[in-house]
Formats: sequence, C-alpha cells, structure tokens
Amino acid sequence: MKNIVIIGAGVAGLSAASILKEKGYDVTIIEKKAYDGGNVASWDRLFPDSRRASRLIDDVKRPLGDGVTIHYDQSITSLVKMKDGRIGVKTDSLETIHADALLVASGFSLFDAHLKEEYGYGIYDNVYTQADLESMFNAGKVLTRSGDAPRRIGFVHCVGSRDEKVGNRYCSKVCCVTAVKQASEIKQLYPDAQVYCFYMDLRMFELPYEDMYFNAQKLYGVRFIRGRLCEAAEKMDKSVVLKVEDTLAGQTMNLSVDMLVLMAGMRPASDTTRIATMLGLHCGKEGFLTPVDTFSRGNETEVDGVFLAGTCTGPKTIPQTIADARSAAICIDEYLKKRKK
Amino acid sequence: MGHEKIMGHDIDNTGTNPLTGRRRVWKEYQKVIPSDKYFYVRSCIRQNIFPASEVHFLKIMREALGKDVYENPHHTTCSGIGYHSDVVPLETSMTIVARQFALMAEAGYENLAVSCITSFGLYTEFLETWQHFPHIRERIAEKLYRATGRELVLPKCVAHASDIIYALRDEISQKAKYRLVNKNTGEPLRIVEHIGCHYAKMFPSKGVGGAEYPCVLSGMVDAWGGQIVDYPERRQCCGFGFRQYLVQANRGYSISNTKKKFDSMEPYHPDAIIANCPGCPYFMDRWQYVIAEMEGKTYGENGFGIPVLTYEELAGLVLGYDPWDLGLQVHQTSVEPLLDKMGIEYDPSQKYKGLDGKDLGRPEEPRVLKTELCPHCL
Repeated sequence: MKNIVIIGAGVAGLSAASILKEKGYDVTIIEKKAYDGGNVASWDRLFPDSRRASRLIDDVKRPLGDGVTIHYDQSITSLVKMKDGRIGVKTDSLETIHADALLVASGFSLFDAHLKEEYGYGIYDNVYTQADLESMFNAGKVLTRSGDAPRRIGFVHCVGSRDEKVGNRYCSKVCCVTAVKQASEIKQLYPDAQVYCFYMDLRMFELPYEDMYFNAQKLYGVRFIRGRLCEAAEKMDKSVVLKVEDTLAGQTMNLSVDMLVLMAGMRPASDTTRIATMLGLHCGKEGFLTPVDTFSRGNETEVDGVFLAGTCTGPKTIPQTIADARSAAICIDEYLKKRKK
Repeated sequence: MGHEKIMGHDIDNTGTNPLTGRRRVWKEYQKVIPSDKYFYVRSCIRQNIFPASEVHFLKIMREALGKDVYENPHHTTCSGIGYHSDVVPLETSMTIVARQFALMAEAGYENLAVSCITSFGLYTEFLETWQHFPHIRERIAEKLYRATGRELVLPKCVAHASDIIYALRDEISQKAKYRLVNKNTGEPLRIVEHIGCHYAKMFPSKGVGGAEYPCVLSGMVDAWGGQIVDYPERRQCCGFGFRQYLVQANRGYSISNTKKKFDSMEPYHPDAIIANCPGCPYFMDRWQYVIAEMEGKTYGENGFGIPVLTYEELAGLVLGYDPWDLGLQVHQTSVEPLLDKMGIEYDPSQKYKGLDGKDLGRPEEPRVLKTELCPHCL
C-alpha cells in the first residue's frame, strides 16, 4: 500500500487524510503539537453559523477512524528526496518514514501582536488578541483582568496585516469577519456593553458575511469606526485609552475601553521556511509557500511528490481550507496512479 | 534561558517566568554605548534655559566618574532647529554636521556625545541617509572639503548624553549621596519621565528601549531608588514642537499639549518630572506658571508645581552637587519640594547668588503658583 505523509494535523491535514484514507492509502500525519485541529482547536465558535469549533474538528476527524496514524509532539528534523522518488521524513523521535507522496499542511501562526508595541499587548493588562478572547469564550467567561464584566470593548482590525511597518502588506482575509463575529458575541453576552470596531475597510467577501456585518449594527448596535488606532495607553484603573482618528468624520478622538481586542493577522507557521529549505520549495515574499501555478495547479510544487494544502500557501477561511485540502488529496491520488502506470 | 541582564535589569527568564511586559520590548532595543572617550557637542539653547546642565554633564563624567570627554570650542550648532523650521536647506545642515564629525576625528575621537535630542535625531537621520544613499554622502564630503578643507570621517558611535548617563547609572548610584526616596516616608519618589520626540520616534533602534517604552530615563530612576510613573499621555509631545512655538499664533497648541499631559499625570501625584530634551523640561517648567496664571490650576502639592529637571540636574542632585550650582534657581516651578523630600541640604539665602557671590536679583512672585518666595512658605 502506498504511504502518504501529511505534515500538520490541522483542518487541512485532517480533511486531506480522510479523502486519502477513503481512496485506500496508508496515511501518517506528523503533528508538532500535542493535539490536532491546529489553530481551530483554540477557537470557540466559528463564523458564519456559530457552530462550535470542536464540533467541526470532530466532523473532520470522524471519517479517519483507526486507519490514519497521527504522531503528536513531533518536530520534523529532515525531509529528503530519495533516489527512488520517495521522500524520507524524519522526526526527532521517529524512525524515518518513506513516503510515496508528502502533503505539507503546516498551516499558519497568528501575527505576534507584541510587535505592534504602540497597542500595548503584553504590557497593559486589558489588551488581548482575538485568540485570547476565543479562549475566554471557550471558558465561558469574558472578564477583564480584574474579574469585572467589561462595559466598553474595542476591536482593532488589521493588526499585522496590510501594514507596511511590520512588513506584511497582504490582507489576512478572516480578521474582519472574525471581529464582526466576536463583537456580536460580546453583545449577546453583555447587551448593555458598548462595542467598537476600528477598521480600515471591511472585507465582507463571502455570501453570509455582509449579513453578519448588517446584523452586528442593526441587532447588536456595534459601532464601526473607520480609522486606525494610533496608540493605546493604560489608565490608573487599568482601562485602556485609545487615540483614534475617525477618517470619515475627519476627527481624532480619545476613547476609553475596558478591553481592547487586537485582530492579529495570519503569518506563515514558524517552521515553514525550514520545511521549504529542506525540500527546495519556494516561498513568496510574504513567506507563505508558493505552488506551481495559483490558478490551475494550486496544490502542486516543483518538487515531484510534494503537495501543499491549506493556509501554508496563504490566508484562507476554514471552508476554503477544507476545499483546498480535498483538492490536494485528489491531486495526490492522480499523481500516485500515474506513477503506478 | 535562566537569569540574564537586560538593559541593566535583572530578568528571570526561566520557563516559569517568561520575559514579559516592557522587558520583552527592551530586549529588542539594546544599544552599544561606550562608557568612555567621547567628543561632546552642545545644544544651541540649553545653556540659556538650563544653564548648568551641560557643564554638569562634563563635571559628572570627568570629575565624578573619571571619564575622558573632549569638547572643541569650534564646534557649532547642528542647525537642526533651522532645518526643522524650513529655514536651513538639507544639504547645508548635512555639511554642518559633516564638519562636526570632522572636528571629532581631528581630535582623535570616534564616539560622539550629543547634548540635544534634536541634534541626536539629526545626526542619526543623516548617518542613515548616507548609509542608504552613498552618493549623497560623497557630495557632502566634497562640499565639506571645498568649504573647510576637512575630510568627512563617520563616527563609530553616536550616543545621546542621556544614553551615557543611563549606561553609567550604576556607577553614579554607587557614588550617590542622596537617593530618590522620600526621607519622611521611606517610599520611592514617583517620577514622571518625558523622552524628547526626536530621541527614538524616528529611529526606534537608536534609542535605549525603543520608541514606545524607552528605558533611558526610567533606568536612571530605577537605579537611583525612584519609581517611574506611567500615565496615559506619557507619549504625548510636551508642546515644544517647533511649529508650535516658532509661530506665535500656534502657541495655544503648545500649552494645550502640555496641559493635557499634566491633567493626565496629576492623579498619580508625581514628585518630579525628568526629561532628556532641551525643550521639554523648559516648556513643562514654564507652562505650569502660565497655566496657573490663566486657569488658577496647579499640579503639585499644596499649590506648588511639579518640579521639572533635566537628567543631568537629577544626576547632580543624586551625587550631592549644590542645587544652586546646578542652576535649579532658574526653574520657574520651584524645586524645593523635591529637595526637601530627598533630604538635600541647601541654603535658601544662596539661591539667587551668582557663582561670584553677587546678588542676581529675585524674580517677581507668581500670582497663583506657590514658590519658596511666598511669605507663608518661607
């Protein structure tokens, strides 16, 4: 039986594995963390329909059954293209696995919000990222550091995205709608809270997103202010003072919030460059892996037998990631069938 | 991992107590600051507004710490004040700066110590420009040679004088006669720091601790026993911005900037403010008098203002220099509340005596802001 190795047990890796298993391949997943689900595992609910992230991961994993081996806590130490066309995959504690095809589904990392120093993440008590807020939703408690219910909450869009200062000019796609989702959820939790979203422009590109944006305003009274945050500072009571320019009103304003949530963008996962170097894959200027052709061969690489899926090639929503992973699985199947002939 | 020293602060960087908060930022912005052998360039205006600060930088360096700091009387303004006011062209400023560097090299020094924040920003800006556009550097070198016959030699290091005091703060602490501690309560004095805009806002990597959370002054306060006060308008300009005070009609912006800062820091009850820019301490000192006259508002205890000091003045007090030798009598906001808290001995009768013992005359008593001149305060 042909053996396929997948790097990453996130939504992309798991989705591709289920298709490949169904097609009769022996699939091994190498995961660097102690759990599967990737970034989605730390989320509470997902846009656009508020389904539980844990439910989605269960749905994706269910078809795997016992036929797919997942090795957790594994760091890839070498990836070698062998003379027989297979790829030797070695981790720090496993014997070398000889893969007939390799799927890189190494995903993304959140932009390190510490780097936007002026927003005070890691400095001020009540500055959080959207991932921190999801953890609070998961725990069933959204409270300030001092344990109080927040009365005013601000969301800053495009933190580390579309920002030349930090070297990331690209849009991370999902942050706008995530902010709309989280702002609405906060209002469901605290109907009397005042919630502000500070945005450059709102990119509501999928069918349901515009409705979510509309509902956030009409049903929940979330206030959307076009303008970028200049800086945040902490007051004596640990609330956060924001200096913002409202570019529609042409005014600057000072606003205090009890919680500030930074919508950190997507960055290539930390080991993307290392994997690319070991295999001779190409990375774009943003650091994401680049396929042979983004239009027609979006899962293929220039290295025979190596394929790409999910957000390792750039920001994607979860449905896009799953579709991309299924597409990669079909590509691998076609590739192996051709090789057999 | 383990214990390490970051910006002079002992950091527990073990897995159980990872690098957090400001210390994490400071680690990203470390700067090499030589501890000796500097060529010193003065500010255009500091000798007029805080007349003993620069001379005490030299005294501290040479006499208290035994360092080699050379000053050439032929050095001039860096022209930054004219450059930022659009009256001196860029190439003229660059040539003037190139001449300062040439003087330094001729004197056999490689490290430049800069008194003024705007000069420091300008030197940094020009060095960056010349690094990225070598043809501009060549053109300036040619102009320098044609005008003065001198060769352009780039410095090995450009440090603001506050960088140097920061680097030597522990040596100063070891020789300290007084500490930033309230002698009556034993509590650390609460100090507001104010960093000049041109220090690191243009080139964060050139400032100790970066632009957002610089530790050049907070490090001194920390080392000398005080406690730094962070407050919401910490980063706000002091109001000195060139266009705000050079254009008389704009001076309302200046005082409103300063007032915004005072209103923001007031709830923290600071005992003093220190700054590392020529203009910041001047405006924060003088505008307290103006705000008191205009609005009847004072920010210190019992109707006094908050004493505002340069970092050299503060270092001088810590080392036990006489407050009047440090020029503290020319401050409009009285410094006596701070001196009393630190337990510094001073002779009020000598306050308005010159170095030669002659009477300098007393300023007119303010209407609102309390000073040591008020009869009930004497």
